[in-house]
Amino acid sequence: MSGAGPRFAIFPTRMALTTMKNRLKGAQTGHSLLKRKSEALTRRFRDIVKKIDEVGHFEYSGGAAKRKMGKIMQVANFSYAEVMYTTGDIGYQVREGVKSAQLKVRAKSENVSGVQLPAFEMYVDGSNAAELTGLGRGGAQIQKCKETYKKAIEVLVELASLQTAFVILDEVIKVTNRRVNAIEHVIIPKIENTIKFIGSELDEADREEFYRLKKVQGKKKDKLALETAAREKNQGFGAASEEAQPTNLLNEYEQDPDVMF
Amino acid sequence: MAHLQKERVLIAAIGDEDSVTGLLLAGIGHMDSKQKPNFLVVDSKTPLPKIEETFQEFTNRKDIAIILVTQQVGDEIRHLLDDYTQAFPTILEIPSKDRPYDPSKDSVLKRVQRLFGEEGDVVVAQCGRGVAFKHQDTDYATTK
Repeated sequence: MSGAGPRFAIFPTRMALTTMKNRLKGAQTGHSLLKRKSEALTRRFRDIVKKIDEVGHFEYSGGAAKRKMGKIMQVANFSYAEVMYTTGDIGYQVREGVKSAQLKVRAKSENVSGVQLPAFEMYVDGSNAAELTGLGRGGAQIQKCKETYKKAIEVLVELASLQTAFVILDEVIKVTNRRVNAIEHVIIPKIENTIKFIGSELDEADREEFYRLKKVQGKKKDKLALETAAREKNQGFGAASEEAQPTNLLNEYEQDPDVMF
Repeated sequence: MAHLQKERVLIAAIGDEDSVTGLLLAGIGHMDSKQKPNFLVVDSKTPLPKIEETFQEFTNRKDIAIILVTQQVGDEIRHLLDDYTQAFPTILEIPSKDRPYDPSKDSVLKRVQRLFGEEGDVVVAQCGRGVAFKHQDTDYATTK
C-alpha cells in the first residue's frame, strides 16, 4: 500500500521521512500517556460513581432501594413537622430573620492526573440567625430540628462535591478519550500512511534512478559498441590502409618514375 | 479550576416552604448586600417564569457553591436542569417533603445511569466511553 488514505501534504524526501518517524514516535508516546491518564481518571470516576450510589440515592440491598440522603431528609422533615406541631408555623419568621449564612462551604481541591477536583467542606461561621426562634415554646424541638438539618446538609454537601467531581471528571474523561481515539484512529494512521508514502516514493525514485543509470549505461555500451565497431571497421580499413601505407608510400615512390640521370 | 472557587461559599435552596425553612433553620440563609436572598420558596402560586429566573440567577451568582433543588421543583424546571452542564455551582436534587424521591428523574443520576446503564456491559463500564468507538464498530459489524 503506498499510503492510500489521508496523509500529510509533504514532499517525499529523506528528511521528511525522519521528521515523520519522529512524529510517529511522539504520537505513540502521547497516546500511551493519554491512555494511562484516561485509565486513572476512569478509575477515580468509578469510585465516585460508586460513592454517589452509596451516599446518595440507590444502595441496592435485596432489591429494595435504600437511600441515605432520602432517609436523612426524611428524618429532618419529620423533625420539622415536630416543630410545626409544637411551635406553630415559624416559616415566615425564619425567612424574614435571615441575615447572613452560618453554614458555609469551602472548596478544597484534589489533584487527579492534572485535573483539579473540588471537594466541598461545610463549616460553621458566626451565629445562627434564628437563634431566638422558639424562645416562647418548642425550643427543644427547634434545636433538634436545626441539628438534624445540619446533619442532612452535611450529607448533601458531601453528595454535592461528589457530584461536582462527577461532572468535571465526566467532561475531562470525554475530552481525554476523544484525544486518545483521535491519536489512535486518525493521527497515527495518517503518519503511518505518510511514512509509507514517502517510503514508496523514495523506492520509486530509487528504481527510477537505477533504471536511468541502466539506460545510460546501455546507451553508453551501445555507443561504445558502435564506436568500437566503427573503429574496428575503420581499423580494418585502417589496418589495410596502414598495411598499404608503407606500400603505398613505397608505391608512391615506386609509382614515381625512376629518375634517370 | 477549583482554585477559582474560593469565593463560592453559600448553599442556595429552591423548594417548598417546609424544606426551605428547615434548611434556613440550620443556617444556610444569606442576604447579600442588595438584600437578595439565596433561597426561594415555591408554592402552588409561584409562577414558573419566576422559578426559572431565580434558578438562572443562582447559577450565575459567583458566591453560590451548591444549589439544592427539591425534586418537585426540579420536575418543573427539568429542561433547565437537563441542559445544565456547568460544574459550578453544583445542582443537587433533594427529596421534597411530600413526595417520595425518585432517583430515575435526577438529572445527574440519569447521566450516571446512561454511563453504566447496560448492566453487564463490562467493556463500557470499565473504560468509560473510551471504547465506545470500538464498541460501536463491532456493533456495526454484527448488524451488518
